[in-house]
Amino acid sequence: MARIAVTVDGTAREADVEPRTLLVHWLRDDLGLVGTPVGCDTSNCGSCTVMIDGRSAKSCSLLAVQADGTQITTIQGAANGEWHPVQVAFKDCHALQCGYCTPGMVVAAIDLLSENPDPSEAEIREGLRGNLCRCTGYHNIVKAVQQASELMKEAAK
Amino acid sequence: MIPATFDYVRPDSLADAVSALSGGGEDAKVLAGGQSLMPMLRIRLASPTLLVDCSRLAELRGISDDGDAIVIGASTPHHDVMHDPLVMAHAPLIARTTAMVADPAIRHRGTFGGSLAHADPAGDLPTVSLVLGAQMVLAGPNGRRTVAASDFFVDYFTTALEPDEILVSVRIPKLGAGWGYDYQKFHRTAQAWAIVGVAAAVRRENGTIAEARVGLTNMAASPGRAATTESALAGAAANVDAIAAAAAHAADGTNPTSDLHAKADFRQHLARVLTGRAVRVAAGV
Repeated sequence: MARIAVTVDGTAREADVEPRTLLVHWLRDDLGLVGTPVGCDTSNCGSCTVMIDGRSAKSCSLLAVQADGTQITTIQGAANGEWHPVQVAFKDCHALQCGYCTPGMVVAAIDLLSENPDPSEAEIREGLRGNLCRCTGYHNIVKAVQQASELMKEAAK
Repeated sequence: MIPATFDYVRPDSLADAVSALSGGGEDAKVLAGGQSLMPMLRIRLASPTLLVDCSRLAELRGISDDGDAIVIGASTPHHDVMHDPLVMAHAPLIARTTAMVADPAIRHRGTFGGSLAHADPAGDLPTVSLVLGAQMVLAGPNGRRTVAASDFFVDYFTTALEPDEILVSVRIPKLGAGWGYDYQKFHRTAQAWAIVGVAAAVRRENGTIAEARVGLTNMAASPGRAATTESALAGAAANVDAIAAAAAHAADGTNPTSDLHAKADFRQHLARVLTGRAVRVAAGV
């Protein structure tokens, strides 16, 4: 077992984990943070995307021990008292169908907008290339990211 | 799936990492970003007994200017590489190609050196390092040695690294003014590995192509150069017809694999088409 100390959604956590424990399994099974789903388990779909030290990462593709000492934000920490503008825009634009990819899409979109606050449609599609929607509802997802970009620019004024 | 059990250490220095690796025997493995290793662990294609986490070794991270070359630390994440001013100024082919690797989340964790040491035949950066004449610096129990990219990639997922050696950094010679670059990649989905990829670097002089380097991804077990195309381009006019004539030889002498993504003859077709496109962009035609 290895000792890790990680801040998850603002709460300091310490745990003993088996080195082979995947980060997503630690979040879900040990911490009960089941808002982060396991989608494909092959590093492709991006459903399990979380923020590690402010940058997106696929939590099925990391060991929990690799996250030692980091700050993690899951979809359950995305809202800060009120919904994040990306969450608002996903609701307003109906940017989900079955919803399984949504947590990862929202986190990936937050990451994209933190680096590029005013992305073109092509840049949005490129920025979300690691997130698959098997309902193929990409059109409204792109619209939602565009709306979130507007909301965040307004809020920053 | 859940990986098989293994031990895990995160040494504080390169020297400690080398001794952990050599003490761990043949089934010890270096963990950098883990973005290629983790899928192999999950499906138990790899079952190392010990993982030596080198991702936080300061001496393996960062990019520096070394006169006629830039030096990229092996554990530098792709995301840092593709936005680095030195890389953009002196090795823009690496920045362009890295932006085509996997997806943003993978690029935050995956590392430049990791993708080279992993040596997937479909990897983009091994080909680019070959075309740019990179030199790999390896550290082992007996000190350091330098291996040229042309000797580094040995076979499928196999490099010149001994089991107890760690890739420390990669020296990329700066190509001076007059060079143009491009990387072309054919794949079925945006984040997928290359079915075929082509890297081109071309130096123009007075409307002709003075020198050209063309590298092929996934046309063999290791990245290779399209030698016939390169010699046909040397001294050729920088125009569409001359480039098309040279690119027609891009698959000469290759014997690519057939798999569920593409048959061998389709891969050879792709190599010719992508070479034409990459050389045209690199030559500014």
